[in-house]
Amino acid sequence: MTRLRRDPLWRVLALAAPVRSRLLLAALLAVVTVGCAVALAGVSGWLLATAAGQPPVRSLAVAVVGVRAFGLARGVSRYVERLAGHDAALRVLSGTRSDVWTALEPLVPAGLPGSGRGDLLERLVGDVDALQDLYLRALAPPVVSAAIGVLAVGFSVWLLPFAGLALALGLVVAGTAVPAAVVLVDRRAARHRAPARSRLTAATVEALAGAADLEAHGAADAALERVLSADEQLRSTGRSAARAAGLAEGLQVLAGGLVVLAVLLAGVPAVAAGTVDGVTLAVLVLVAWACQEVTAPLPDAARALVSARAAAVRLLELLDAPAPVPDPLAPRPLPEGPLGVVVRELVVRYPGAARPALDGVDLDLPPGRRVALVGPSGSGKSTLVDVLLRFREPTSGSVLLGGVDVRTCAQDDVRRVVSGCLQGAHVFATTLHDNLLLARPAAGAVEVEAAARAAGLAEWARSLPQGWQTPAGEAGALLSGGQAQRLSLARALLADPPVLLLDEPTAGLDRELADAVMADVLRATRGHTVLLVTHRLAGLDEFDEVVVLDAGRVVQRGPARELRAVPGLFRELHQAEQAADALLSLPWPQRPSARTAEPQGRR
Amino acid sequence: MSRPLDPRLLREARGARTAVVAAVVLGLVTTGLVLVQAGLLARVLARALLDRDAGLAELGPELAALAVVMAARAAVSWAQALVQARCAADVRSTLRRRLVRHAQALGPSWLAGERGGELTALVTRGLDALDPWFGRYLPQLVLAVLVPIAVLVRMATVDPLSALVVGLTIPLIPVFMVLVGLHTQQRTERSYDRMAALSGHFLDSMRGLPTLRVHGRAAGHAGSVRRAGEALRRSTMQTLRVAFLSALVLELLATLSVALVAVQVGLRLVHGDLPYESALLVLLLAPEAYLPLRRVGAEHHASQDGAAAAERVFAVLETPLPAAGAAPVTGGGTTTLEGVTVRLPGRDAPVLDDVHLELRRGERVALVGPSGAGKSVLLDVLLRFRVPQQGRLLLGGDDLGATDPRAWRARVAWLPQSPHLLAGTVADNVRLGLPAAPPAAVASALAAVGLPGTEDVQLAEDGAGLSAGQRRRLALARALLRVEVLGASLLLLDEPTESLDAASAAVVRAALADLPRTVTVVAATHDAGLAGAADRIVRVDAGRLVEDGVRAAAVPA
Repeated sequence: MTRLRRDPLWRVLALAAPVRSRLLLAALLAVVTVGCAVALAGVSGWLLATAAGQPPVRSLAVAVVGVRAFGLARGVSRYVERLAGHDAALRVLSGTRSDVWTALEPLVPAGLPGSGRGDLLERLVGDVDALQDLYLRALAPPVVSAAIGVLAVGFSVWLLPFAGLALALGLVVAGTAVPAAVVLVDRRAARHRAPARSRLTAATVEALAGAADLEAHGAADAALERVLSADEQLRSTGRSAARAAGLAEGLQVLAGGLVVLAVLLAGVPAVAAGTVDGVTLAVLVLVAWACQEVTAPLPDAARALVSARAAAVRLLELLDAPAPVPDPLAPRPLPEGPLGVVVRELVVRYPGAARPALDGVDLDLPPGRRVALVGPSGSGKSTLVDVLLRFREPTSGSVLLGGVDVRTCAQDDVRRVVSGCLQGAHVFATTLHDNLLLARPAAGAVEVEAAARAAGLAEWARSLPQGWQTPAGEAGALLSGGQAQRLSLARALLADPPVLLLDEPTAGLDRELADAVMADVLRATRGHTVLLVTHRLAGLDEFDEVVVLDAGRVVQRGPARELRAVPGLFRELHQAEQAADALLSLPWPQRPSARTAEPQGRR
Repeated sequence: MSRPLDPRLLREARGARTAVVAAVVLGLVTTGLVLVQAGLLARVLARALLDRDAGLAELGPELAALAVVMAARAAVSWAQALVQARCAADVRSTLRRRLVRHAQALGPSWLAGERGGELTALVTRGLDALDPWFGRYLPQLVLAVLVPIAVLVRMATVDPLSALVVGLTIPLIPVFMVLVGLHTQQRTERSYDRMAALSGHFLDSMRGLPTLRVHGRAAGHAGSVRRAGEALRRSTMQTLRVAFLSALVLELLATLSVALVAVQVGLRLVHGDLPYESALLVLLLAPEAYLPLRRVGAEHHASQDGAAAAERVFAVLETPLPAAGAAPVTGGGTTTLEGVTVRLPGRDAPVLDDVHLELRRGERVALVGPSGAGKSVLLDVLLRFRVPQQGRLLLGGDDLGATDPRAWRARVAWLPQSPHLLAGTVADNVRLGLPAAPPAAVASALAAVGLPGTEDVQLAEDGAGLSAGQRRRLALARALLRVEVLGASLLLLDEPTESLDAASAAVVRAALADLPRTVTVVAATHDAGLAGAADRIVRVDAGRLVEDGVRAAAVPA
């Protein structure tokens, strides 16, 4: 029993608990529908066979009414059943989608079980959809077959025991052996189908999302080939599936036919011997005939069960993946008032990495202090940001927020206090306005305007025909890199958390604009607690402290002015940057070139 | 738009003609077997009822024939399932290829304006929705005409009156089907819209999950995922209520017709005007006459998702391709943009406004200017990803408009602003488009960008896990390899040193400085050091070239 309870299919079925009564109703209606069909066949058989004896028309009246009633009831009951079933399935689905989303949330960005984006989409859309078949096609048919099968066999045994036994045998074969054979043949295909679909989706995402790079490098045809070879793989799994489907339909028809034949073989001698009359034989044969409808959906149901189980296994892999940063059972509340951050002896080691990404880092960020974090790429800056945002668990060492170890707090509480602007922050496919308000849905127009101005975004947004209502495009595709950057900066400023993290907020902006935006940020965050991660070293004078990271260790710290005065990594990096700046600020002769002045009367 | 047959889909079906014809033939064979089977069954039951002496021995031939017919029916259904799968598979693969190829040909600038999630869903799942259309609906449409005729003919041989009744009621079914179908089509299309939007919404949400978490909105978003699902459920249920209602109407219509036949057959039976065997045969056959038409209705509904998907497919396939020629690119020399104007949909001002720019062979040109000024669009035009509304691109004075864009791009190397990386090794990524590049060249390209010895490192899909700086340097190695191995003569760089620290940026600048003077370099950059090393700095502002300065000290001799 516990093994059954731990079965993926069982656990997925438990997700349907809220709509259990709707699913039951649908199954019940399905029993009524099929029951009407079988009764209709039996009654019409009796009607004709009796009429052949030329009795008074009156004696047929009840059967005539029965034929009409069963006919009408079958149609109406099927209609209601299909609606109830689909409604229940769709309800479970939207619930499952949000369950999956909720499970996904703590895994991003650090703890996804080895899968890319295309694969995730495949999981969510595909596997959740496969569960739809579980509710629509897999659950009701066994219930219907069992209920109607028992009734029909009981009825036939009462009329002619041997015919009843033949019917029972036929139903058992058609209801168990045939679906089992189908599942066996289908299993291999089912096992290959989902990975083949994943490959097709991954190849398609790559061909379309990477279209620009592929096209520019003459590799578009190769990407198309990858899509087509994934398609070919999917086709071959489709062929196995078709073989299974064919087998199912063939065996089904055969089993149905053999049952009718067996009833005839039992009934004809019985009529000849006078055990039963010809009318009864007609009823028996037509009931057996109609019983084909009872077991017909079972192979499909078995197939749906198998593929739903495969989908369930994959979904549960996601639902069961351990959160990289678990929340404590009884989170401590964070103290009120301005909070500071204290990092001590912080070590983060990635699995399989040769050296720790952070190796004994100390950092003090008392309220109102602004600290800049600099260092070459790969020095551990982004890892430190991830730890402060509680996206990553430290290997050792501690992070205290307002004197409380963050591991004893709820992550959401921590991120309410420590938040900001991530490197490569996502721009959603909605309007600029909605993208901004995401950080603070209650913000008023004045606050939005102020945040936008501080991020150097306000003027540009006003210049757009649709203003703030301009769509940003898929993943911000309609914005330039700099505009997307400024949008996420404005979002962080609007959120205005007690401790503001800014990870490379001016990447992608030109030097003048970057310096101007940084000046605005400094003005806007005066008195705030700020940790700025940056590769640009100019303009850090206003920061209380600059921390220089190299290979996971703090190699220098102090005000920028002091660091510039002593030999070390900071001075080296700063000198390289200054040399570059100096080059650009050299004057060059400003002559409108002959080329640009020439045709079509350019200014 | 309630066409039972989309002519464009029908055209596609030509690719699967053999399979569709086979499906129809098998359907007819099944009908023949059903007719024989009903005849045998009626005879056996009639003789058992009327002839008390008819035992197994007397009915043996009929029972044996019945067994053979049933076995044959089983074999035919097996074959039918195989053929049905065949029908759709060919068409689907063809459309999949054409869709991806057409999307590629429409180019990155078209793709950027599309919702990638939706297009992906269309190419993968959307096309699968065509299966019922080709495999079941199309053959059934033909059978719906042929099968009732066969059944009626057989019925007329035993009881012309019943055949007449059935023949008069059958035409009512398509009439009702069209009436109901008119109503459902639009709803199905809407439901498909929502499904596609849901898929796009998911992808967008997942990509943005880290951002949502930072701002504490992820939990709230679960609600939005649920609401999207609920909205889909409500709209789907609205569609289904009508779609299933049509099935109900058809079923009731058929049931009532069969009842009509049964009542008059029964009455004539009572009065001795009709033999029992004929009455039984009519009763067994009457539903078979209505079945194919009802099945067309059911298959029509089952194929509606496919028809809606087909609308999208043809909408993409019918999007005209940008003007491009097929001529080879010959010659060389100066690359010129002449009066180039580019407008983007939804923007009043042009992104590039009458731009003139000459790029002499071997020149180093820096494009500077505020973000959004049009630098990336200018590079798009040079890559021929975007065809300007006005103006021309010339090479050595010859218009490139009539030449093959791919042939032109074989001469171009490009570092995009956000490079896309593929799942595979670093070396695979550097070798993109040049699978036969010598390993030594790959190694030296990687060394040049400060990533030596990383060839065999495995990357996840789109290089997940790499820092922005690493991505950029890797993509630069890609571009350098193109110059080295392919001899690309134009190198376009979009922010080559962005998100690099000073030391890595210096490595990149050195790598660029080492490039031979056979290659023209255009770099859109905010990096002062890089711009400073250029021969010429072109400033782009609001789509115009506002300065075109030549640094006296840096002009090559």
